[in-house]
Amino acid sequence: MNEGKTMKKRPWLATPYAVWVAGFTMIPLLVIFQYALTSREGAFTLANVMAIFEPVHLKALLFSLEIAVGCTIICILLSYPLVMAMRRLNMGRQGFTLFILILPMWMNFILRILAWQLILSNNGILNFILQKAGLLPLSLANTGTAIMIGVIYDYLPYMVLPIFNAVAEIDEDLVEAARDLGANSLTVFCKVILPLSVPGLLSGIVMVFVPSMTSFVIADVLGGGKLQLIGNVIEQEFTKSANWNMGSGLSVSLMLFVLISMAFTTKNETEGKSSSIW
Amino acid sequence: MQDVILQLDAVSKSFDGKMILKDFDLEIKRNEFVTLLGPSGCGKSTTLRIIGGFEKPDGGRVLFEGKDVTSLSPDKRNVNTVFQKYSLFPHMSVAENIAFGLRLKKKSKQYIDDKIAYALKLVNMASYAQRKPASLSGGQQQRVAIARAIVNEPEILLLDEPLGALDLKLRHEMQRELIKIKKEVGITFVYVTHDQEEALTMSDRIVVMNKGIIQQMGTSKSIYDEPQNAFVADFIGDSNIIDGIMKQDRLVRIQGVDVPCVDEGFGRDELVDVVIRPEDLVIVAEGQGYVRGMVVSIIFKGAYYEIKVRAGEYEWSVQSVNPAQIGAMVGLTILPDNIQIMHKPLSEDAEVTKEDE
Repeated sequence: MNEGKTMKKRPWLATPYAVWVAGFTMIPLLVIFQYALTSREGAFTLANVMAIFEPVHLKALLFSLEIAVGCTIICILLSYPLVMAMRRLNMGRQGFTLFILILPMWMNFILRILAWQLILSNNGILNFILQKAGLLPLSLANTGTAIMIGVIYDYLPYMVLPIFNAVAEIDEDLVEAARDLGANSLTVFCKVILPLSVPGLLSGIVMVFVPSMTSFVIADVLGGGKLQLIGNVIEQEFTKSANWNMGSGLSVSLMLFVLISMAFTTKNETEGKSSSIW
Repeated sequence: MQDVILQLDAVSKSFDGKMILKDFDLEIKRNEFVTLLGPSGCGKSTTLRIIGGFEKPDGGRVLFEGKDVTSLSPDKRNVNTVFQKYSLFPHMSVAENIAFGLRLKKKSKQYIDDKIAYALKLVNMASYAQRKPASLSGGQQQRVAIARAIVNEPEILLLDEPLGALDLKLRHEMQRELIKIKKEVGITFVYVTHDQEEALTMSDRIVVMNKGIIQQMGTSKSIYDEPQNAFVADFIGDSNIIDGIMKQDRLVRIQGVDVPCVDEGFGRDELVDVVIRPEDLVIVAEGQGYVRGMVVSIIFKGAYYEIKVRAGEYEWSVQSVNPAQIGAMVGLTILPDNIQIMHKPLSEDAEVTKEDE
C-alpha cells in the first residue's frame, strides 16, 4: 500500500453533502433572510426582525427561554448521577443502560407526546394513580410544567450521551490519584470528573438548549394551544396568518438570539479540548 | 517493633476466583527502600494497591504503625502513590497538580507555594510550574507525579512501576534521582517493578515474589549471590541452572563430572539444582576444566562477550572479556565459591523460603 496515496485529501468526496447543504440549507436560509428583510409589498424593512420586541412576542421568547434553561438544567442534574452510576458498570451493562435510554427515540415523536398528554390530562393515568394512592389529583394538563416534562423527556438522551462519552473517557487512574491525594467522592467529582467532562457537557447543552428553545409541537400538544413558545408564534405566522415575512423575521431574530446564547456558553470552554459541536 | 511502620498480616486476595495473594506476610521498616520484584501477575501490584487502600483484602490485616487500617479508604491513609501512567490531572497546571493534596488539607497559600517551589526544585522541574502536563515528556510528567506525591509528606511513598514507560537511558537517570530524592526527604519507599536490574540498583531490601508468595527476601547482594531457589536464581540476573547430584559435602556431580563446591549438609546422592552465574564461568583450553563443549554462538555486548557453549544436552551461558571461535571445542572451569547448590522444590509451596533473621 502506498501510504502517500491513502493519506491524500479527497475533497470531492464531500460533494454529495455540499450539494445537500447548498440546496436544502443555504438556499432556504437565504430565502428566509429575503422574506425577513422585506415587507409584504417587497420593500426593504427591519420591521419583521424588530417585531421580536413587541410585548406578545417578547413574552413568548421569555417563556421559551424559561422552558429551555429549565429543561437544560434539569437534564444536567439528571444526567450526571446516571452517568456516574453507569461508570461503575461493566461494558455489557453500560450498553444495556444506553439501549434503554434511547429506546423511546425509536417510537414516533408525536406518539410519545400524545402519550404524555394522556398521562398528564386531568382524568389521565397520573391522576388515576394518585387517587388510588389516596392523594390529591394534580392539574398538570396545559401548564408550563407539562411542557417542561415533555421537553425533558424528549431531550434527556441528548444530554446523557455526550456526558457519558466524556466521563467514560476519564481514566480510572485519575480518580485513584485524586483519592490517593486525599479527595473524597464529592471532591473527586467536583475537581476531576466535572472539569474533565466539560466538552461533553457543552455538547449536551447545545443539543438540548437549542431544540427545546425552538420547539413548538410539544407546546402545542401539552400546552393545549394556550401557552405559546416563540416556536408556536412563528409557526402561526406561517400557517394561520400566512404572513411569511413576519414569520421569517421572527425566525431570524430567534436564530440570532440562540447564537448569542451559545457564544456565551462556549466562552467558558476549557482550553485545548473543544466540544464536538462548535 | 518500634521501627516497623507497616505490617501485612496474612493478607489474601483473589480476583474472579483466581488466588493472587495467599497468606501474605510482610513487615516494612521506617525509612526503608523496599522493592517488590516479580513477573507480571505475581501479586506485587495488588500488594501495593492493598497498602494504598485501592483494594480490600479478602482476608488478613494491614497494620500501619500498629493500627489496623484494613478498611480505611485511600484518602484517609497517610500514604501516597506514584502511578505507572503518571496520572496527572490534564486540566491543571503542574503547580495546580502539586497543590491538589495540600489544598484539600486546607494549607495556607504561603505554605502551598513554598512546598510547590521546594518539590519542583527537588525533581529538577523548577521552571515548569505553569505548564500543562500534556506539554511535558514522559520523564518530566513522572517527575511532577513524584513531586505531587511527596509534598503531602506521606509516611510511605508507594511507587507502582513508575519508570516502566520510560526509555532505558532516562530510566537509569531517574533511578539515580529517586535514590537522591529518597535520601533528601527521608520517607519509606515501597517500590514495585518487574525489572531486576532496577531492583538491585535502588533497594535496601528486595522481596522476590511469584504466584502471590514471597520467594526470597534480602539485600540486593544476598539475593543475587545466594538465591534460595531456582525461581529466584532464574529471575535475578542470568543464570545457568542445571541438575546436579550431591556426592558428598563439598562435592557435586554435574554432567557426569565431580566438581568441588562449598555447600554442605545435603543428603548423599541428593538431586539438586546447581546455579552458576555466566560471569563466573571461565573458558579454558579443551581437556582442561570440568566441562567439555563446543562454542555455538558469540555476541558482543560492549563490556563483554556473551558466549554459548553446548555440552551434552545443556547450553552453558558464559560471559567473557575474551572472544572465542564458533565451532571450537573448549573447556569450562569454575571456582568452588561461585557454585550455588539448591534443594529441588518438592512442590510449588515448597519453593517458599524466607530469609533467616
